[in-house]
Amino acid sequence: MATDLTTRRSEPPIISAAGLNKTYIQRLPFSRKAFAVQALRNVDFEIVRASLTVLAGESGCGKSSLAKCLAAAEKPDSGSIWFEGTELTRLDGCEMASLRPQIQMVVQDSAGALNPRFTAAEIIAEPQEIQRREDRRGLHSRACELMEEVGLPASAANRHPLEFSGGQRQRLAIARALALQPSLLILDESLSGLDLSTQAHILNLLLDLQQRHSLTLLLISHDLSLVGQIADFVAVMHQGSMVEQGPCREVFSNPCHAHTQELLAAVRIIESTYHAAQAGAGR
Amino acid sequence: MRYLERRMLHASFLLIAVSILCFAFSALAPGNFFDEMKLNPQISPATVAALRSQYGIDQPLPVRYGRWVKSLFSGEWGYSFAYNCPVKNLLLLRARNTLLLTAIATLMSWILAIPIGVWTASRRGRWEDRFTQAGTVFLLSTPELVLALLLLQWIVRTHALPAGGMLSVNFEELTFKSKLIDLLKHLMAPATVLVLASLPLLVRHVRASMIEVLQAPFIQAARAHGIGKATLLFRFALPAAANPLTSLLGFSVAGLLSGSLLVEVISGWPGLGPLLVEASMNRDVYVVVGAVMASTVFMIVGSIVADLLLLIVDPRVRTS
Repeated sequence: MATDLTTRRSEPPIISAAGLNKTYIQRLPFSRKAFAVQALRNVDFEIVRASLTVLAGESGCGKSSLAKCLAAAEKPDSGSIWFEGTELTRLDGCEMASLRPQIQMVVQDSAGALNPRFTAAEIIAEPQEIQRREDRRGLHSRACELMEEVGLPASAANRHPLEFSGGQRQRLAIARALALQPSLLILDESLSGLDLSTQAHILNLLLDLQQRHSLTLLLISHDLSLVGQIADFVAVMHQGSMVEQGPCREVFSNPCHAHTQELLAAVRIIESTYHAAQAGAGR
Repeated sequence: MRYLERRMLHASFLLIAVSILCFAFSALAPGNFFDEMKLNPQISPATVAALRSQYGIDQPLPVRYGRWVKSLFSGEWGYSFAYNCPVKNLLLLRARNTLLLTAIATLMSWILAIPIGVWTASRRGRWEDRFTQAGTVFLLSTPELVLALLLLQWIVRTHALPAGGMLSVNFEELTFKSKLIDLLKHLMAPATVLVLASLPLLVRHVRASMIEVLQAPFIQAARAHGIGKATLLFRFALPAAANPLTSLLGFSVAGLLSGSLLVEVISGWPGLGPLLVEASMNRDVYVVVGAVMASTVFMIVGSIVADLLLLIVDPRVRTS
């Protein structure tokens, strides 16, 4: 495993970011006074092809801002992002539109992320229709195929998003993201808010899809205990900066930065509390 | 279907309640149509009493209400003392003129408001948006009356359009095309005032709904799929922003009969406005009651239309 990871690390990354900075200007309510929130501070980051990378950190540390910049949903103030040898930050609208299908993102709020007026089939067909990948007849059957691939019955193709459970909606969002056959799939807190068994099911599904489609996955998560067990690489952010990144085992066994140590200590406290509670219940 | 039946039942109760209240308030008002005749020395008190008796004014309120309900079913809708004819004929003619004006004005307002609202929402915070917002605030804070008077003053000075009325004196002698142009010319001034009065409200509603929807994650997702700007705005965002606008459209339908009264009076448009003012001044009770009832019917139809449209455009409403 370690040799494999070392070999993969030496390959050119699928996406890399250098010196990324992003600042948001916010205003206080009923005031003209503005203040700046620096979400990203000189962030360097790279993702190895066909790997599962976990981006961790406390709330508000800039994980989602980095994900949005990588998915080209937002432009960084400075710095550059390279995807498969192309510098994203220099592309114009048309060039970016043709590259967008390669990078897809699944967000936490699955209810909000799916158009409430569309049926499941229409939601999955939407990106293909936008990119004119299939003719109208093929769209529905392709949508049904994708639904089955993510573990949803094709018979639910005509249901609306609100008729699905949270976990099913997340599967639907993943199916939609897969419709364009992306190389990189970014999952921004996609497991948060789901119960443990659903989280495990979706993680298994992601691993399965990764193997089948040679997908590169970037998983943004608070829960290091869950994703730490399956991730190839882990990156830790703190107050807008990337404080640590490397193979998961290395980082977990020898965390260099104090914040990583804190995060891992928190995981161990939760685990030991859980085991103590289990032992207490057993007695 | 059951929903529609329930709504119709509610509507009939509402109409009965409005009609009873109308009669009760008209009875509370001092005097009646025939009181001014008493001041005329040429008309004897016996004649006035005979007229009061003939038109049933001397009867108690429940009897008058019963007679009015009976006349509704016989297709008269009450009797106008001033015009000496059934209210129905009077109202239908005037309501047709009002509807012609308000329907065109409402259609124009929506046709303009949707693209302006969508455009300003997509340019939020930029100078185009700020300029439009300032314009809508200015129009919102300017009373309809002032707009109408300013437009009239401009028309009188420039003679660009007819200053009042609905048809020219020689209308009957004109060809069909000239008749249409003549009608449109007369329609232009009052319709412009109505459009300017309702446009800012509609633009602000469309803009607010669109801004809310444009921030929704599913719109961000569509952007990530490489969607074009126009498709995103009109195919994805606008239908999602349609719910509050559909209700507003219902209100527009509801206001078709009652929304232009003041403008009609100022611009001399022979619609329900001048008739209602005249009937109120003359205490022509049945005309007032008829006009109020017609407005109520439009209000009810408007809200039912809005609900049905909501049912059509939003699958969530159908599901629930």
